[in-house]
Amino acid sequence: MGRITLDKVRKAFGDIEVIPPLDLTIEDGEFVVFVGPSGCGKSTLLRLIAGLEDVSGGQIRIDREDATNLPPAKRGLAMVFQSYALYPHMSVRKNIAFPMKMAGLPQDEQERRIESAAKALNLTDYLDRKPGQLSGGQRQRVAIGRAIVREPAAFLFDEPLSNLDAALRVGMRLEISELHKRLATTMVYVTHDQVEAMTMADKIVVLRAGNIEQVGSPLELYNRPRNVFVAGFIGSPKMNLITGAEAAKHGATTIGIRPEHLVISTEGGAWKGEIGVSEHLGSDTFFHVTVNGFEAPLTVRASGEVSLSYGDTVWLTPNEANLHRFDAEGLRIA
Amino acid sequence: MATKHSRMSARLMISPAVLLLLGWMLIPLSMTLYFSFLRYNLLMPGMEEFTGLTNYRFFLTDPAFFAALWNTIALVVGVLVVTVIGGILLALLLDQPFFGQGIVRILVIAPFFVMPTVSALVWKNMFMNPVNGLFAHAAKALGLQPFDFLSSAPLASIIGIVSWQWLPFATLILLTALQSLDQEQLEAAEMDGAPWIKRFWYIMLPHLARAITVVILIQTIFLLSVFAEILVTTNGGPGTASTNLTYLIYMQSLLQFDVGGGSAGGVVAIILANIVAIFLMRMIGKNLDA
Repeated sequence: MGRITLDKVRKAFGDIEVIPPLDLTIEDGEFVVFVGPSGCGKSTLLRLIAGLEDVSGGQIRIDREDATNLPPAKRGLAMVFQSYALYPHMSVRKNIAFPMKMAGLPQDEQERRIESAAKALNLTDYLDRKPGQLSGGQRQRVAIGRAIVREPAAFLFDEPLSNLDAALRVGMRLEISELHKRLATTMVYVTHDQVEAMTMADKIVVLRAGNIEQVGSPLELYNRPRNVFVAGFIGSPKMNLITGAEAAKHGATTIGIRPEHLVISTEGGAWKGEIGVSEHLGSDTFFHVTVNGFEAPLTVRASGEVSLSYGDTVWLTPNEANLHRFDAEGLRIA
Repeated sequence: MATKHSRMSARLMISPAVLLLLGWMLIPLSMTLYFSFLRYNLLMPGMEEFTGLTNYRFFLTDPAFFAALWNTIALVVGVLVVTVIGGILLALLLDQPFFGQGIVRILVIAPFFVMPTVSALVWKNMFMNPVNGLFAHAAKALGLQPFDFLSSAPLASIIGIVSWQWLPFATLILLTALQSLDQEQLEAAEMDGAPWIKRFWYIMLPHLARAITVVILIQTIFLLSVFAEILVTTNGGPGTASTNLTYLIYMQSLLQFDVGGGSAGGVVAIILANIVAIFLMRMIGKNLDA
């Protein structure tokens, strides 16, 4: 079981409050992703849950038991660090065995768990190597293996993929999701990469300056962002945010429209503009279009076959049903 | 250094330095070797003659030689044990955040800047002196009999003095090593359920292995030739209780004017030092790889 409840949890370093009082419930078996820009307090929040930092106020409950003042080892959580934090002088086998050795598990039980973890993570051939002899992806798997064998109530991941190259990251992303489906254990995952958040999460928690901006499933966040920050943060490429006269026409301070909800035409439409840079991905093409009277260029998604070149004049028409409207405080107008 | 041409010119250009160093090392070494086969006494100038291995026979059968050999080993091992263990403990302490950390760290290094003769004299006269020394005063204040360190436990006292000098060096090297330990590893171990003492044993100590090796190797080189501390405190005595090999060679050649015997002792010391070096590298040198 791994139900984690944060009740008015607060964290301050000296006079600086990094996390104002915050409530959050992570259900058992859920894959929760904390996402936000650098310095938003997401790693601190994870370390508070892990017990590596003391809370300045509030209560942390794990399975209804107060864990606020428990030392990290007693919380029954396992953590995978950004740097993997493998013990360099121990072989992979000893690294994975370390938490079990500390818990004083019998030798044959240790062996059994190491074998099954190694098999699940494709590490069987590397058990007697030192971490220094492994590639980044393999080290990552060893770190996960070390977490699995403890059979924890929940896994905590602190930006585990940020040191891997792009191709490996996609692979590891799938492996971790796969692992979650198989183990059905609670996982809390911290990342600044919203693609990771969208692809892996059951529930995304968007953080900014220690505040929770929105909690919800990936599609909820994508389709109904609660405010301008979430609208701009979730989705790649970013949602186009338009202020000024055009927004006022729709009765809002800011309007947002995603690149795929703009129709591009060479004959006529709502907004006239000029093609800037185009990015060809094969399946899709993204055009950056400068529209007269708008501050920033708009990003438009078109199918891969559309061919327009730099400087061409085009017209853009927003899909009214998918237009997001935000008020002066940046909150969504329903 | 890629082409044959540039390699040639590189060798040509470093050759003066190499030749100079070679001469610097080889000439004294071969002169020592040469003298060790001569009957060469400074009181009888001009009467040198070749005596074969006689000098070696006398030096190696001298009862003082075995005492000196034992004292040398005791001194080196004793100081190494004190400085490595003490250095680790001090480094652990200094690694903690506390007020005035910078100044304390500089103060800790201070003994290393005091020259050996001076520090040995300070220890001898101000601390260990049975009448005026601080320790004697402390003993008297507690109603105890003052302890005459340098005559009752001469070797232990010298080990103490030399350890005091080398402790900062060990502390400094071990502290920097400790600071280079990835904090996430310690946090991971903490999450894995390792209490402090196990984190120290399984994570910190293996991380320090390389630094400890460096400390042992460098200190051994210097500890084999401790001299000034003995000269100004005990003069090797009482008897031979605090005579090490270096001091024995000094006595042979400059107090007994027997240059031949002293040179033979020097050659023996070189051989012994090399044996120690080979064993040390075999035992702990592997820590320096990779």
